[in-house]
Amino acid sequence: MSGGTHIKQLTVISGKGGTGKTTLVAAFASLAKNAVLADCDVDAADLHLILKPEILERQDFTGLRQAEIDGQKCTGCGKCREHCHFGAIGEDFLVIQDRCEGCGVCRLVCPAGAVRLEERKAGEAYLSRMRFGPMSHAELEPGGEASGKLVSLVIANARKLAVKEGRGLIIIDGPPGTGCPVIASIGGSDLALVITEPSLSGIHDMERVLAVCEHFRVPAAVCINKHDINDTNTCAIEIWCKSKGLDVVGKIPYAEVTTRAMIAGKTVIEFDEGGIGRDVAALWSKVLGHLGS
Amino acid sequence: MIISVASGKGGTGKTTVAVSLALTAASSRPGRVQLLDCDVEEPNCNLLLGMSLETVEEVKLGVPDIDKAKCNFCGKCADFCNYHALAVLPSDVMVFSELCHGCGGCMLLCPNGAIGEKTRTVGTIQHGQKDGIELYQGLLNIGEAVAVPVIKALKRKMDSERLVILDSSPGAACPVVETIRGSDLCLLVTEPTPFGLHDLKIAVQVARKLKVPFGVVINRDGIGDGRVDDWCKNEKIPVIIRVPNSLEVARLYSKGIPPAIGIPDLKERFVELLKVVEGWT
Repeated sequence: MSGGTHIKQLTVISGKGGTGKTTLVAAFASLAKNAVLADCDVDAADLHLILKPEILERQDFTGLRQAEIDGQKCTGCGKCREHCHFGAIGEDFLVIQDRCEGCGVCRLVCPAGAVRLEERKAGEAYLSRMRFGPMSHAELEPGGEASGKLVSLVIANARKLAVKEGRGLIIIDGPPGTGCPVIASIGGSDLALVITEPSLSGIHDMERVLAVCEHFRVPAAVCINKHDINDTNTCAIEIWCKSKGLDVVGKIPYAEVTTRAMIAGKTVIEFDEGGIGRDVAALWSKVLGHLGS
Repeated sequence: MIISVASGKGGTGKTTVAVSLALTAASSRPGRVQLLDCDVEEPNCNLLLGMSLETVEEVKLGVPDIDKAKCNFCGKCADFCNYHALAVLPSDVMVFSELCHGCGGCMLLCPNGAIGEKTRTVGTIQHGQKDGIELYQGLLNIGEAVAVPVIKALKRKMDSERLVILDSSPGAACPVVETIRGSDLCLLVTEPTPFGLHDLKIAVQVARKLKVPFGVVINRDGIGDGRVDDWCKNEKIPVIIRVPNSLEVARLYSKGIPPAIGIPDLKERFVELLKVVEGWT
């Protein structure tokens, strides 16, 4: 692989939270030879707790704009409140900040010119370096809007880093769920690796997020984490995946050593190479096969 | 009374706590408990409850409908739209419905009255009833980006005369804000690990910003270290209950059995949680 050609993109998602995305992505960072890491779980980012990046460059992230009403100019006519579809104009014509979606309808209808739309910082994006190479990550302000937009910025930064440092692969730690940050994370990916667990909710959520991948035509493969918690369900996942033509690229056993590695701030490859690290390494080589690397 | 259950980190046991609390409350006063699954991207409560659900509402958003006979392609609507949901070409207008927030601005400002409204379904609300619990769950359609309108529609089903339990999605972005806003108490479920602590801190900031009172539930107690406890102590945040780490809990959960039903000792802990919740002022 060379940086001049297509930079490949691997996104790790799950639907359900807590199935082990970040633990596995951190391990992949240990194993990958030529990658940029990107943490796109921007409202609850944890990858930096293991990879401990040194931040080299910070960027302010502005999300949606916010309306502000000038109390001096406001005549209290109520047109803004009448037309706001988000219920964001409160008592005394103060804007309820966390309801405002920055559409600008209030400014449009205000006869007194009392409304301004202000850019507002909604988070920070970081370009960093850690012990396995470059990393792109971010922090959304708690309760912030526009997480999908911040995800897109993190991926754009990762691409920049990949081009600059001649790296051929971007590994993305994705968010849980199926909504805007997930859609932004899988866009343009060569492979979505779905980490599931053999619980009824793990299966349900995997099926939904795989449907999202199919909807956006992103190729997918499945890894079953904690497979030995329920052998019957693991078997059911394998049969279902086969019927859908999906490859199960790994089965990782339940292991409390992953928590000890996390507490030590190490990847499971660094912490337990001969144990669970071997299962993860086998998974990684299959993932590389899917990426055609 | 409205109790929301949130976490920051995913997979810490929000749904287990929400369902167990609902079951515990319903066993003493059937019919007085409402459970709303506000994790509309991945609703899981009913996997533990096994109700037969009926769709009772389609959640619709108003999106622009362009009358091309009236449109003169001036482009004012596209200039106004902050969400880039409209693109005006020399002789066509493109509407990207999935980007539209439904603010209605384009319809208001079109000088030719060429923009009407059509509705688009983004999700559904389902309803079921069993074991003294009334369940509503929201379900965001596959490929839809914005969960908030579904959560808003779901919360309109709340009957705050009853004990209302809201199960949130993980994270700390807009769906979580929409879910916990206005609750009387928010239970923040965490696990005693570095990831659990880091994301708990974020969730606490959200609750504080929204001025919602909160307490912590430590799940998988004993799996990690003592830093969650130390931090809560320093911040004077009450740890309401602890659910011990056990493979048995994980196994029951994997089969769709609420652990509070399968393990007597856990049942008592949720009775204790219910007491604290109901005594909260």
